[in-house]
Amino acid sequence: MGSATPADGPLVIADRSFASRLIVGTGKYRSNAEMVSAIRASGSEMVTVAVRRVDLDRSRDEGILHHLDPAEFFLLPNTAGCYTAPDAVRYARLGRAAGLNDWVKLEVIGDDRTLLPDTTATLDAARELVADGFRVLAYTNDDLITALRLEDAGCAAVMPLASPIGSGLGLVNPYYIREIKRRLEVPVIVDAGVGTASDACLTMEQGVDGVLMNTALAAAENPVGMAGAMRLAVRAGREAYLAGRMASREIAVPSSPAAGMLE
Amino acid sequence: MTVSREGTAAAAPSIVVNGDPREVEPGLSVAELLYGLGLDAAMVVVERNRQILARQDLAGTPVEDGDRFELVHFVGGG
Repeated sequence: MGSATPADGPLVIADRSFASRLIVGTGKYRSNAEMVSAIRASGSEMVTVAVRRVDLDRSRDEGILHHLDPAEFFLLPNTAGCYTAPDAVRYARLGRAAGLNDWVKLEVIGDDRTLLPDTTATLDAARELVADGFRVLAYTNDDLITALRLEDAGCAAVMPLASPIGSGLGLVNPYYIREIKRRLEVPVIVDAGVGTASDACLTMEQGVDGVLMNTALAAAENPVGMAGAMRLAVRAGREAYLAGRMASREIAVPSSPAAGMLE
Repeated sequence: MTVSREGTAAAAPSIVVNGDPREVEPGLSVAELLYGLGLDAAMVVVERNRQILARQDLAGTPVEDGDRFELVHFVGGG
């Protein structure tokens, strides 16, 4: 008998470890109850949240802390919606001031049609936030050079996209993602663009440390069902990567013996 | 008749909260401002004139004329 799949360790980022390699967002769900059910079904321990103005004219329980217990989930504040480094730094500091942790999912957008990152501004903000004591998990393009610079800047993890945020286009450039993973020492989390379970599985098969997604769950017909599928897909992709896939070839090789056929 | 400096100071401070101008009663602390808005200070982060106020400073910080507040919290996001 062959040996079992090599044992996988936890996802370790900075000084924390996570049993799940799936990180999920909390936006765009139809209800808070559905969001919490989906997150639980995903098995994720780390979930992202956004920083926004309190709506002074509406109900008082719209804040996400009324629905997500920071003792159950590790909440990762993001800087989504920021288009400049100073804005991202401001939002990161507001998130930290909530008092949960000093981590931030850094995101500086450069274009509102593609939501592609402004990598120069992302680097500027990353340097400032690292100097200010943050654990920075930086959303970025699938560009090796930027990824290397973000690592040099002291980011705790680098998070290249699979494809544009909310697009569901899946992993458009597996080669670039593999190369980023090969060249960085800090964890590489693929963030954004995953649409369905096969995308998540394929992404994990590239050897990356984790996947972050939001819309794939929130916009599924059944978010809880999709969350369960993503949990399995991330696990399957990781185990397939660890097991080592066969070489692919463009000619068939029979699986049954050529010898022993009848006359 | 002239309006003294003291008279001006006793007038209701005009402030801006999350982009909206408001008048509040004189002598309020930031903690009292939040309470008056129906907000739980434990769930809100306060930025006053671009400076984040630590929770322990909310009660001891007066609301002053011209103050600009941003009151933020966590919402769903990716």
